[in-house]
Amino acid sequence: MDWQAFFLSLRLAGLTTAILLVVAIPLAAMLVLGRGRWLAVLEALAALPLVLPPTVLGFFLLVLLGPRTAFGRAITALLGHPLAFSFSGLVVGSAIYSLPFAVQPIAAGFAAVQPNLVDAARLLGAGSARLVWTLLAPLARRAIVAAAVLTFLHTVGEFGVVLMLGGDIPGATRTLSIVLYNQVENFDYAAANRTAALLLGMSVLALIAIYSSNARSARRA
Amino acid sequence: MHGAPAVLEFALDTHHGSFRLTLATRFTSAWTVIFGHSGAGKSTLLRLLAGLDRAGIGRSGTVRVIHGGRPLTDSAHSIWLPPGRRQTALVAQSPALFPHLSVRANVAYGLAHLDRATCNQRVKEVLELVGAMNLIDRRPPGLSGGEAQRVALARALAPGPKLLLLDEPFSALDGPAADALLDRLQAWVRQNSIQTVMATHEAADAFATGAEVALLQEGRLAALGPAEQVLAQERERIASRLSSGAARISQLP
Repeated sequence: MDWQAFFLSLRLAGLTTAILLVVAIPLAAMLVLGRGRWLAVLEALAALPLVLPPTVLGFFLLVLLGPRTAFGRAITALLGHPLAFSFSGLVVGSAIYSLPFAVQPIAAGFAAVQPNLVDAARLLGAGSARLVWTLLAPLARRAIVAAAVLTFLHTVGEFGVVLMLGGDIPGATRTLSIVLYNQVENFDYAAANRTAALLLGMSVLALIAIYSSNARSARRA
Repeated sequence: MHGAPAVLEFALDTHHGSFRLTLATRFTSAWTVIFGHSGAGKSTLLRLLAGLDRAGIGRSGTVRVIHGGRPLTDSAHSIWLPPGRRQTALVAQSPALFPHLSVRANVAYGLAHLDRATCNQRVKEVLELVGAMNLIDRRPPGLSGGEAQRVALARALAPGPKLLLLDEPFSALDGPAADALLDRLQAWVRQNSIQTVMATHEAADAFATGAEVALLQEGRLAALGPAEQVLAQERERIASRLSSGAARISQLP
């Protein structure tokens, strides 16, 4: 078992999840509470990674962050090294790739909060930030937990973006799903079996945890 | 704290689906009852006065609301104060208490700007007024409908509004309890110079408060004046129902 890749995957997924929770909660609130036509554009952009082939996203990011664009050169000058083929680059790619898995459950959770509660909070002087912090987030906390778990698992399992953007550098960008691919390419099916079983087991356990906690609170309600 | 009651002046012309609300008037009395059957537009009117449903006004609608000389909404001049900055409270039929917060925290929600001691004192004051002091540490899911309505009223009064909008707020309380609460509330708003507008479809409520009555019919203001005058027809209808009922009872073997 390639434990280095295992822990790299966990670190990548953990960081991506943390970043996405910070981004997705205000974004979901904007989608649910906002008005105007630009909202549809924002919603489409937030959902785009869901339908885009990961290799397409990885390719665009690779070009964008590389020396061909002014943006890429600026980032390279700022950091002292290019973002592509580095762990930080993977975090950026993963955050974009997993964005819908964080935003959509949270937005659905916020939208399920009764509008009369939102009205009551507004009448009592709550601005948008307070509304999210004191009302929407606490009432949609199960959706937020679900979003975190989904984001984490989706990041652990991603392959296309990681390969395009990160290459296959041990200790920096070689994640568990890349290890699995290498093992299959080398006809090492026994090792591939163990890696695949580990990835499968993690996903199944996490999903069972979400659904059983949902079922428990549904019975309590 | 006594003072001349503020004047609530408004002119609305809005569509909500196929329903049209058109009225322009001034409420000069300290306590005005909007009387109308369900579907007459009472709730829609109160929500517009409170600054909710901004999106529902649409491009064709016009809304102007002025309270005590202060413009709250003026769609012609793109003025729209957010609901929390109008010093307006709205208590709807559904209490809409925050289910994850205690009664104390619910009532204190609109008092975020006050220090702890003042806030606690204020919470106790309004809970005592509505007779819900015993519920202070309870959570909304455990409250009865009537208890929740008392707490919702306390929560709305706590920040000290200048305009109080009530949308059938005592529907879950039984008659004597509602009457007693209404008495205490009337004394309180008089003392604190809060102008009150109460929507109801119960003629008895309109008579009980001895207030000015605005009769709302299908989104239009049909009459405005003293209850005896505006609701004469309604009173006759109730009286005839009562007497025919009495007649039927007396014919029983």
